[in-house]
Amino acid sequence: MHFDLTEDQKEIKRVARELLAERSPMSRVRLAAEGGGYDSALWREVVALGWPGIAVPEAFGGQGMGAVELAVLAEELGYACAASPFLSVAVAASVIACAGTDEQRSRWLPGLADGSVRAGLGSAELAADAAGADVVVLIDDSGEARLVESPVCEPIQTIDSTRSYATVAGGDSEAPLGLGAADRVRAALAAEVVGLSQRALDMSLAYVKERKQFGVPVGSFQAVSHRCAQMLLHTESARSTAYFAAWAADADPARLPEAAALAAAAAADGGREVAASAIQAHGGIGFTWEADVHWLYKRAQLDSALLGGASRHRQALARMVAARVAVPTG
Amino acid sequence: MDLTFSERELAFRDELREWLADNQLAGEPRYEDEDAHYAWRRDFQRRLAEGGWAAVHWPVEYGGRGATLTESAIFFEELARAGAPLPANVLGLLLAGPTIMTWGDASQKERYLPPILTAEEIWCQGFSEPDAGSDLASLKTRAVRDRDGWVVTGQKVWTSGAQYSKWCMLVARTDTEVPKHKGLTYFLLDMEQPGVQVVPLRQITGSPEFNELFIDGARVPEENVLGGVGNGWKVALTTLMNERAGLGFFLQVRLRQQLDRLVGEAASSGGVDDPVVADRLGDLHLRTETLRLMAYRGLASIERYGQPGPEGSLTKWLWSDTNQQLTQLAADLLGPSALRAGNPWAYELLRARGNSIEGGTTEVLKNIVAERVLGLPKAR
Repeated sequence: MHFDLTEDQKEIKRVARELLAERSPMSRVRLAAEGGGYDSALWREVVALGWPGIAVPEAFGGQGMGAVELAVLAEELGYACAASPFLSVAVAASVIACAGTDEQRSRWLPGLADGSVRAGLGSAELAADAAGADVVVLIDDSGEARLVESPVCEPIQTIDSTRSYATVAGGDSEAPLGLGAADRVRAALAAEVVGLSQRALDMSLAYVKERKQFGVPVGSFQAVSHRCAQMLLHTESARSTAYFAAWAADADPARLPEAAALAAAAAADGGREVAASAIQAHGGIGFTWEADVHWLYKRAQLDSALLGGASRHRQALARMVAARVAVPTG
Repeated sequence: MDLTFSERELAFRDELREWLADNQLAGEPRYEDEDAHYAWRRDFQRRLAEGGWAAVHWPVEYGGRGATLTESAIFFEELARAGAPLPANVLGLLLAGPTIMTWGDASQKERYLPPILTAEEIWCQGFSEPDAGSDLASLKTRAVRDRDGWVVTGQKVWTSGAQYSKWCMLVARTDTEVPKHKGLTYFLLDMEQPGVQVVPLRQITGSPEFNELFIDGARVPEENVLGGVGNGWKVALTTLMNERAGLGFFLQVRLRQQLDRLVGEAASSGGVDDPVVADRLGDLHLRTETLRLMAYRGLASIERYGQPGPEGSLTKWLWSDTNQQLTQLAADLLGPSALRAGNPWAYELLRARGNSIEGGTTEVLKNIVAERVLGLPKAR
């Protein structure tokens, strides 16, 4: 029992944090969001680092790592709120690698890993990065996942202009994905939310330590500091469950359905709560376009929608517990 | 990252499970019957001690098993899973013992540690006072030196188990001329003397789980000072640091069992089919599992860095909050019958209100998180 990232995983996290702080500061996110397009210089760099293929076997041109490493990168790109198709491509690749057929693997993985193939992710009514994608991973209401080729999309403008979204009406062909596909998507989305939450908390802490009213930093008021403590509790709850889900995806697939539901439920509500708190902690300035916390709030709202909301996962968890309680297995 | 138990940890767990199965306790007396319930727990600890299970986290030389943190967590998880109680002398095992090991001299260790293990001598904790709760260092109980030791006068409160205790971990003021943290001394007070009066303190549940301690001219010999005169704050911190180490796992499993019981009761009446009910039950499951995961992350952090990470300070807060929500939901789902006097859920509902106060109020925990974890300026 050792529930912590390994030294190698921490190193991936540290490198990603440093690189993204330099290449994708909030000013770049804003530029992309206001210009309506992804940061192509950042994407070239992400591809050169091999991140889209982080969880793709080496035989298909990937890094040969697993769901935990993918979660670590999703968290860090979430922390940066990066305007990038990374999540859709890397998660689609990981899902095809683990839950696709041999044919699907050899067809899609090399292109996804080297950044030449684009992927989307989500449901028919809301899919990230689907417009212009070669292939989309779609999850339906019952939690079944399928692979849609050359999707027919209608781009939609959402409040989150740091990412592109669309509805998907169909495609050239559709094929079901194997067991665990939807859960892997949820685990990775939850990891992104952990990053968003951590960033919202860090920005708030920096602000309330600096901002003075009544002659003292506002962070010295318990009404403010206790809010920050609550933000930490949400963030660490989301992190604990997201890491558990990422670990279970590769190491203990039998526990993945529950782990992914826990992660999704924690992230879908937690991310929005923390980002909303960040706006409040920034006071009036937090409500302005110039303060960057709103990008995090908007992304958290869309991530929650991509996860299908928290309530459905909480209800699924209750049914799992009821089934276990009814049939004790020792 | 590895969330499975190692071979060694599994072997430890299986050996303990087998022992617990072979040593099942006869019927648990009702909570209301305090004395019988306590005697039951005391008997259980005697058996644990005979089997070498009373204090797995103590070093082998003091009668423990030298268990790792994870094994210690497994111990408390299994205890709760088996429906076993906490050992009667839980404060001696978790607080007094480790504090004496850290600060005591050879003769103190030899004198006090063995009867803690066997529950022969029960310990209580004399820290809080009517005017010193969260602000512990402002305590007023005085100890004055005379020819052959110390004379103590003052009042302590929230002293659980005092009526059964032979010894009290007592922090008293020995110097009024220095800043408040510096004038304190940690004493091992003999409870069986005329100067110590134990008065039961009735709680909102109706039962007296805690006591008030009226100390009037009680005597403490010089050799019962622990860690040196004027060093009481540091010694007390050792006690407080040990307070929640293993207990958290026990409480987490208890929470899990309560929740399973509630889900079972709700499911039998079709409640889980109601989306609103399922949503609330699912949220409690999420919180309970999060608590377990955070506790294990905390262990990994202690093993690696020697101290808990940010998540360590959050678990007690999350636990108390969750237990309060769980008992409230039980009352909502089960209807008025849950509110009848004598219904176990009614007791749990009332008892849970203490969770966010005992062992550090949620407000103080938030201050600690804000200042020590988040680096925010001291609160006002």
